[in-house]
Amino acid sequence: MQPELIDIRNHMAQFPPFDEMPEALLDQVVENIEIQYFRAGTTILEFGAANTWLYYIRSGAVEVFRRSGELYSRLGEGEIFGQFGLLMHKKTRFPAKALEDTLVYRIPDDIFQFLFENDENFADFVEIEDRSRLRSALSRREKSNDLMTSRVTRLISRAVVSAPSTVRLQEAARIMTDQGVSALLLMDETGDTPKLHGIITDRDLRTRAVTEALPSETPISDIMSEDLITIRANSFIFEAMLTMLHNNVHHLPVMDRDEVRGVIALSDIVKYESQSSLYLVSNIYQQTNVKGLKRISLGVRDTFVRMVNEDANSHMIGSAMAGIGRSFTQRLLELGEEQLGPPPIPYCFMALGSMARDEQLVVTDQDNAMILDDSYVPEEHDPYFLALAKFVSDGLAECGYKYCTGDIMATNPKWRQPLAVWKRYFTDWIENPRADALLNSNIFFDLDGIHGHTEFAESLKTLVAEKASHSQRFLTLLARNALNRTPPLGFFRTFVLEEDGQHRKTFNLKRRGTAPVSDLIRVHALACGSRAQNSFDRLQAIGKTKLLLEDDLGNLRDALEFISIVRIRHQALAIEADREPDNNVRPEDLSPFERSHLKDAFQVVSNAQKFLRFRYNAQVGRNAQ
Amino acid sequence: MPSNPANAGNLHSLPWPDQYAALAKQARTPLLKAFYEAGCVDPETPISDVPLVALDFETTGLDPSQHSIVSVGAVPFTLNAIELNHCWHQVVRPALPLHQTSITIHGITHSDIDEAPDLGEVLDRLFSFLNGRIPVVHYRDIERPFLDVALQWRLGEGIRFPVLDTMAIEAHLHPDRRPSRWQRLMGKKPVSIRLADSRARYGLPHYASHNALIDALATSELLQAQIWHHFRPDTPVRDLWL
Repeated sequence: MQPELIDIRNHMAQFPPFDEMPEALLDQVVENIEIQYFRAGTTILEFGAANTWLYYIRSGAVEVFRRSGELYSRLGEGEIFGQFGLLMHKKTRFPAKALEDTLVYRIPDDIFQFLFENDENFADFVEIEDRSRLRSALSRREKSNDLMTSRVTRLISRAVVSAPSTVRLQEAARIMTDQGVSALLLMDETGDTPKLHGIITDRDLRTRAVTEALPSETPISDIMSEDLITIRANSFIFEAMLTMLHNNVHHLPVMDRDEVRGVIALSDIVKYESQSSLYLVSNIYQQTNVKGLKRISLGVRDTFVRMVNEDANSHMIGSAMAGIGRSFTQRLLELGEEQLGPPPIPYCFMALGSMARDEQLVVTDQDNAMILDDSYVPEEHDPYFLALAKFVSDGLAECGYKYCTGDIMATNPKWRQPLAVWKRYFTDWIENPRADALLNSNIFFDLDGIHGHTEFAESLKTLVAEKASHSQRFLTLLARNALNRTPPLGFFRTFVLEEDGQHRKTFNLKRRGTAPVSDLIRVHALACGSRAQNSFDRLQAIGKTKLLLEDDLGNLRDALEFISIVRIRHQALAIEADREPDNNVRPEDLSPFERSHLKDAFQVVSNAQKFLRFRYNAQVGRNAQ
Repeated sequence: MPSNPANAGNLHSLPWPDQYAALAKQARTPLLKAFYEAGCVDPETPISDVPLVALDFETTGLDPSQHSIVSVGAVPFTLNAIELNHCWHQVVRPALPLHQTSITIHGITHSDIDEAPDLGEVLDRLFSFLNGRIPVVHYRDIERPFLDVALQWRLGEGIRFPVLDTMAIEAHLHPDRRPSRWQRLMGKKPVSIRLADSRARYGLPHYASHNALIDALATSELLQAQIWHHFRPDTPVRDLWL
């Protein structure tokens, strides 16, 4: 390149994919450029016409269209077009027109092909498949997080300490003391090979044995935990973390098929990742009053920001935040029960919405409900449960979980009902659906029992899983509601670009981004009879039924992940800048990388919505927002 | 700046292709002979079919008889494409001393110039751009007269060719660009036809650096914009050249 042309190189070096290109390579690109001026309104590329150039916009603006004539995108300074044609038979697939007076740099096909072959970043950027672009963007991020790349086996520092499950309490305690472990695995040795039977932990010894003053000869099998939650040896550390957070367990046996390879403790992960959200969770359970919980809650945002800065993925962050929220709720219920006395009848405290989906972030309402035992007698029992619900709700508000504006809380008598009533609610929603009523009850289709008799919540999940897939009308209306909110088309300069070509200054990344995705995933999941609540788990369940193609599933997963991460990052930045985090994003706050991949993600969502409309015959009800 | 005053009068009234044919016969130096023999497009040729070359010289001053060329930028192009892989930039050693003021304008230093060749040594390269193309300049009183004088000095004969002048086009488009005192009182601003200001009117980008190559490039982009805005691709070249 002539050094006098540095202006041109410097301009291109500001924009992806040229910003990451080695200088010598970019020089070669500049050397081979042809420049062309287009007056506003002129056609630059006509559909089907031969094209042997990649176009780079130096100044001005260009509109790119679909074959149907629909607007595909509006591009400004530093953006490229024409790559689809170059990758596909050198014929224009997306016609382009100058929206303003435009100066373009044309990069010849042979240079384009050379870059495509030799510069991985460039190839990722221009790839036709939106999916692979999103995928590579995400995997680059994930590679940099230790928790996501290290296996749990790395945390196993010693041989398994175990004992036959026939030992007595005192013997078990002695082994644990001698070996210096906080958990002892108990094996069933009646068969040919010993099988994992149960576990006893320090905490169990304290809470079950000591406080109950059990005799030292008590068989350990009387107090050990059975039906263990375990983790496979090839899992990543973050999966162990999610499992601990979700199930509130502090020890996980690591299994290689039927064989125990070791045990990892919460403290192992905390040691490995000293600022981990697990540390905060373990702290929550040590608090003895609301004041203490409130103090801890001040650290939640720091934990969130730390996870973001450590490149955790949205599943990790969402689960960690939900796990923290769940722990606050559980601890408040424990404290409430201490204060009010034991519950007069069995009950289940239920989380709804994002907490139930394990997709909670820092800006969040409390959405919860209570399922009471069918022996419920309002006059007799309700004062207790109202008091408990109020204690928890007020406590959560103290800890930063705002009251639900839609009054979906256990303090609302409508959502504090016996199981039979809850079953009626769900049956009614599913079998006699009305669009407006469904809009308000959407949130109940993401539910999770988090305290007490969680089997009540499980029986509701079963009911939903069985009935929803058989009610075509329910699915149609649910799908129609899921189409109420659409993603934007993309961005143009500092604006959000809508499908009709309108511009907006800001947009809500939850309402226009993550919510439409989780909404449409919910419809498919319910249609498949899945009991999963988390969107990623639901996608997996959908995959097993072949309702969606493997590719489409991957696309949706990546789109949800990317939109979530941008939303999460946006909130983390606000927290770091001492601003109140929210979901409203201005395009100028997005990096070029985020903008281009968000556009891809929106495209995926938009296609998925089209399929949803077709699949559930949900034609009507598509408002602008 | 006629090279042959004797029959200049009737020669200059000929159409440019005929002048080139006549001058090809008269030219003594092979370089100039080749230039004229490469020919000049028919005046009726649509501008979209005319091979062009944007030309810019940085000079030590404005008077060709007193000042010298310091650098040359050349960018071959057509109405539809400006090719960066064929562009050229060359610093040359001026015959006359470099003024302090022009150093600051061009950013060319004494040491750059000490190592640079004389224009005479790079004429072959320069003419490889000029042969068969119509030069495009921004302000026709620099490149053409400076080259004419430089060739007279070095080859003993000057040169004639038509140019497209992007500044003249702007001047033509803005005949009232200098408001009267009365108009100025009424708030009317003068219209600048300088290269950067003219470009801004067409939405062309601002170039941070200035050198003969960037200015030639800027001129070529400006001509494309002018044609698309005020003329047509089939406008005959005779309407544009001077």
